[in-house]
Amino acid sequence: MSVAPHLPALQVVVPLVAAPLSVLLHDRRAAFLVVLAASWAAFAIAIALWLQVNDTGIISYHMGSWAPPWGIEYRVDRLSSFVLVLVAGVAAVVLPYSWTSIERELPREQHYLFYTMFALCLAGLLGITITGDAFNIFVFLEISSLSTYVLIALGRDRRALMAAYQYLIMGTIGATFIVIGIGLLYLQTGTLNLVDIGQRLPAISGHRAVLAALAFLTVGLSLKLALFPLHQWLPNAYAYAPSAVSAFLAATATKVAVYALLRFYFSVFGATAVFLQLPMAELMLVLALGGMFVASTVACFQNDLKRLFAYSSVAQIGYIVLGLSFDSVTGLTATIVHLANHAVTKGGVFLLLGAVVASMGGVTLARMQGVGRVMPLTSFGIVLCGLSLIGVPGTAGFVSKWYLVLAAMEKGQWWLVSLIVLSSLLAVVYVWRFVEAAYFKAPRADLVDAREASPALLVPAFLMVGATLYFGIDTSLTVGAASQAASALIGAAR
Amino acid sequence: MASHFSYAVTIFLMIAGLFIVISRGNLIKKLVGLGIFQTSVYLLYIAPGKLIGGTAPIVSEAFDVYSNPLPHVLILTAIVVGVATLALGLALVVRIREAYGSIEEDEILTKDHEDSIADQR
Repeated sequence: MSVAPHLPALQVVVPLVAAPLSVLLHDRRAAFLVVLAASWAAFAIAIALWLQVNDTGIISYHMGSWAPPWGIEYRVDRLSSFVLVLVAGVAAVVLPYSWTSIERELPREQHYLFYTMFALCLAGLLGITITGDAFNIFVFLEISSLSTYVLIALGRDRRALMAAYQYLIMGTIGATFIVIGIGLLYLQTGTLNLVDIGQRLPAISGHRAVLAALAFLTVGLSLKLALFPLHQWLPNAYAYAPSAVSAFLAATATKVAVYALLRFYFSVFGATAVFLQLPMAELMLVLALGGMFVASTVACFQNDLKRLFAYSSVAQIGYIVLGLSFDSVTGLTATIVHLANHAVTKGGVFLLLGAVVASMGGVTLARMQGVGRVMPLTSFGIVLCGLSLIGVPGTAGFVSKWYLVLAAMEKGQWWLVSLIVLSSLLAVVYVWRFVEAAYFKAPRADLVDAREASPALLVPAFLMVGATLYFGIDTSLTVGAASQAASALIGAAR
Repeated sequence: MASHFSYAVTIFLMIAGLFIVISRGNLIKKLVGLGIFQTSVYLLYIAPGKLIGGTAPIVSEAFDVYSNPLPHVLILTAIVVGVATLALGLALVVRIREAYGSIEEDEILTKDHEDSIADQR
């Protein structure tokens, strides 16, 4: 029996099984090896699925051989395979990093639990991406969310506990809104299969319950993806979580929520008049601009670099949602390509900040003065990622902004082009605050002897930085996949 | 009105739960509100799935009115999720109480703020 036809199931099952296994092993080394093997296997499966989708088109896997729409369907198309590769790839890089990173940040007896939660979180995120069943999305969302709360609470600062609690409250409200939306859709259509709902909705598109479902799903998913002004949980969660967790979450969690939003908007609601009846595009545009400007401005006033880059994440989510609001192939290409570009950029930043934490004990600007002299490699990496956040040509961030500007010009919205450029200038300000502290100030007396962190931390971090530069120069991989996914989404919605 | 009774109860519980979460500063009370909010969804799913006089879907001459079992199954999953969330939330509150000596949100945020100022030194 060949395993190839069952790859979609294995994509989720492998990390899901690794989680209880690592609890049972109860040993940090064994747990690490099991979860490492699972995450690398997940990455390999994601790549295999991606190649297969490029070859043969959409893969529909029937769980337990129950035919959809009755059974649960796993559905891999161009967009979901792209996000699968992204999530599994980030996990495959962050996990080896976490071995050394959590050594300093967590008591040893908690390590195996860390790996368990990491595997669960990965399984949840991959599950949201691959499933074609609405209620299944909610279940996987809660699997990933609950494990995320635990991962954040593992942070050594007591503020991590409060950050996890606040995220738990906000995240559960968001997830409950999503399940209300799914429930309303189910009551109207009698089915939970996303494709099936999409086919049945046009007939009842004017119904008020459908509009309510759209509203609940939008608010719930916006909470999970930290769309301004529903981003309040994010800065503290990223700032006080263990370094490896910050990097993993910043690179994947919000991205998967964006994926779910795209899925509901374009594959479920897109074909109906509902999406055209409401001013969803204008609403998203306003919130995206709010995020870009308000969060970037707040970022400029942060003294803790993890918080600073967390606010920058909220701003970057603004760009992602901005692309979505154009409702055009170019705009969606920008959205999808920025999912990947921002993931590698922010993943790189947080991994490097973890290296700084390991050497200097903290990432406040006061503590990081002169870090450019004592840790030249790490600071250089952070600057490179900072350039990508600004959108300097040659970095991944430039590619995303280029497509955003193209999409705005397609619509003839020149004022929007100037706003995109203007918000990039705010990114210059907050990145400059790091540069100023790192290169123009002398190190603190007690930290002159700090040295570069171990290669075990730097190699994964520079893999991300390398990807940031690579995707800025060779765009065939990211933009190619993103534009195909975008045309497929828009094509299905029309 | 009578035909929409379950919806009225659902909406009342939903809003009451959400209001408690937003308005209370006590971390435990917030979780109580969250529990009520989540429970309202159980009703939203199950009430339309139940027919008065309907049985479980047993194929037999004796029964001809069936209730839809799917919402019940979905909510069984949602209940598990709700219990897990509540357990994790309460566990966090225990840890917060150990770390801060308080479970009042405003007192904790004041201490958070003091921590942030201490970081700057």
